[in-house]
Parts: sequence; C-alpha cells; structure tokens
Amino acid sequence: MSAPHRLVVDRIKCDGRGLCAELLPELIRLDDWGYPIVNSDSVPNHLLPLAQRAVEDCPVLAIALRRSQLKK
Amino acid sequence: MTRLLDSPERFGALPRVGADLIDAIERSGLVGRGGAGFPVATKWRAVAERSGGRAVIVVNGAEGEPRSQKDRLLMTARPHLVLDGAHIAARVLRARRVILYIGERHEKARQSMLRALSERTEPERNLVALAAAPARYVAGAETAAIHFLNEGIATPTTTPPLPFEQGVDRAPTLVQNVETLAHIALIARGGSANSTLITLAGGVARPGVVEVELGTTIGEAVRQGGGVAEQPRAVLVGGYFGSWMEPTEAWKLPLDHRLRLGCGVIGLLPSSSCPVCETAGIMRYLATESSAQCGPCFFGLRALADACTRIADGSSDGHDLARLHRWVDEVPGRGACRHPDGAVLFLSSALRVFAREFANHNGAHDFRRTA
Repeated sequence: MSAPHRLVVDRIKCDGRGLCAELLPELIRLDDWGYPIVNSDSVPNHLLPLAQRAVEDCPVLAIALRRSQLKK
Repeated sequence: MTRLLDSPERFGALPRVGADLIDAIERSGLVGRGGAGFPVATKWRAVAERSGGRAVIVVNGAEGEPRSQKDRLLMTARPHLVLDGAHIAARVLRARRVILYIGERHEKARQSMLRALSERTEPERNLVALAAAPARYVAGAETAAIHFLNEGIATPTTTPPLPFEQGVDRAPTLVQNVETLAHIALIARGGSANSTLITLAGGVARPGVVEVELGTTIGEAVRQGGGVAEQPRAVLVGGYFGSWMEPTEAWKLPLDHRLRLGCGVIGLLPSSSCPVCETAGIMRYLATESSAQCGPCFFGLRALADACTRIADGSSDGHDLARLHRWVDEVPGRGACRHPDGAVLFLSSALRVFAREFANHNGAHDFRRTA
C-alpha cells in the first residue's frame, strides 16, 4: 500500500496569503501573522479533493501534497 | 589518551585510511560538535555512497554562536589537527575539493589555518580553498553554508535536497564542524573521541574554553574554569539554542552530546542579573538573526521578543505571558531551518525555569544583554 498523502508547506515560498486555510479549514488554520499551521496527520480521503484545490490555488505554489512520511 | 588541545601540534604524515574508518567512527559514537549532534558515521556513509570522486568537504569554522569560542581556539591552537581531519575525510569520501569556511571575524583562526596549510604537501594544498563565512548566526547552518558557497547568500534553503544529495556545485557535500574533524584525526590514529571542548561564559571566574572528558559534570567543568564568580541564578546549557537549568540540576549533569549540549557553551547567569531581561535580550538577538525568509520565524520571533521586552520593561498589557505560552507551541517546526525551533526551545526553558520571575516581573528594568 502506498504512503498516505500529507500536506507540506515550503516555508520560504509561503507568503501568508491564506487561501489554503479558507479552502481547507479542517486541516489548516492561520497563526497570528497569517501563516498556515497545517495538521501534519495524513489527509483523509474525503478531504483529498479540497486539499488538491488548496495546492493548485496557492498563488505562490508553496503547498504540496506528498506521499511520504514526514521528516521529524 | 590523547586529547585535542594537548595533542602534538603536528602528527606528521596522514595515517592510511579506508572505508573501514567509518566503522571506527561509528564505534566511537562521535556526533557532530557544531550544535546539531548528528551521528558522524551516518553522514559520512550518505556522502560515500554518492561521491563517485566528486564529493566536496566543507570545513565548518563559521562559529556564529555569540558566546562560543571553542572552534576559533581550536583552529588557532591546533590547525593541523583540523586539516588532518579534513584530508582524512577527503580520502575516505573520495572528495575533489576541501573548502575552509571560516567566520569572517575570526582573523587569528584564519591566519593560523592558512599558515598550517602552507606547511602541507602540495597535493594536499591544491585540494583546499578558503571562504569567509558572514558573521551571522545562521551562516554556519549546513544549507546556509552551501547556499553561500554556491551563490554568495548565507541563508538556509528548503530541504530536500540535503547536502549529501546536492551541495556545493550540486555535488554530494559533507559539512562538518572543525572540532568534529579534529576528533576524526585522533580516531584515525587509534584514539577515541571521548573529550569535548566547552566554552564557559558569564559568571565564571575564568571564562573561556576548557577540554573535558565526556561524562564530566557541569559543576566539575566550571571548577576547571576557576569556579563561579558569583552565585548563579541559572545555567544556560548549549548556547542560545540551548536550555536554562536550575544550578543545582545543572551542576550534577554529565556533559554528553546526546543530551542537547549544542555547541558546548555553558553560560552562568549571575544572581544579580534579571533573568527576564536576559531572556528578552537573547530573544531580540535571535529575532534579528532570523534570515527573514519564513513568515513564522521572521514575524514569530519578533513577536516573541517584543512580548518578552514588554514584560521586562514593564509595558505589558498583562496578556503577554499567555501569548508567549501559546506562541511557543505554534512557532516550532515551521521554518525551512531550525532557527525558530532553537529560539523557541530556549524561550520555553526560560518560561519554565524563570516562571516566578516572568509572572512577578515588576517595574521597568533598563535592560541590556549582560552575560
């Protein structure tokens, strides 16, 4: 079985536009400065389409869906 | 047992080394002495597997940690030991280049390394180039060093790729602290790596560098520095990315790089200093040293430093302590490098050890960073 999907933010690219948190509040909220705090668990199947949209709609392409274990 | 600082100034020809040195390094338990404490054998294997004769060795003498002095002392006092380690790494990892990455303000260390280099054989000299690391806190971080050597910008980059995958000139790269390389030089000659360089700072009788056996307690290391100059309120173990500890707890702690010893700075905060002001000063420094690439670090550390400052100078609205406690949970893990994580680790320890002082800080201290 393949690894589950996880959302990964490129922190250098991320500009704090906040679209991702609007599209996917179930997994993403914003900190006091407008930058995303992403739930690091795997993305449940029913949220995958929305997660995909958050990835595609990010104006600076800073968020991605990866099929890999999180580095700690 | 030969230690770093009382080893001969020069051993002579390099010992014969092969891939089995990596096993010896592993058996020695050596971990990186630059701060991250990563197992050296693991790092070497990753580079060795990919080298194909292209690897680059970056000798990390950036030493950007403000209170640390051990790396420049070692480069000044035992430059050949550091070069030995670098050349041994180059042979074992079949590297094509060695770059000495030395802090631009560490003039004596650089002179000493250059003089030692001029005394080496021609093939050894020809392998080596020199670069001046900018005097910034993050410049010594692995990806920042590589970014600087490739593009002249000493800021960390997003990983992957990690240095062993793609580093200087896109080649597999080993970035290794100078003290770590010096220990390698001893291991390759049958020695062990059971000493460590410690910088004693703040309220100690003789601030500076001591070399102690691993497992020596902090109390004993401080005694080697002439003992305390003034009764300490707390001990900062591991530099600005380290943790404050109560003196009674710190005193009996054995020095061990598996226990977050960081770059080996032990700072004693005198009882006459204000812990809140001291913490605020260091947080301000760390916020300023953010490379301003990642929002949670740039804005987060600034907000943390501001809140600490307001508590210290008496201008807080009464909610800053609660903000600090919330933010220390939110900021870590959200930068391209570990700068925000280190700063928050430091602040969390301050909130724990100085809980009383933070809760009851009255009045407007005119504070400066003291220790």
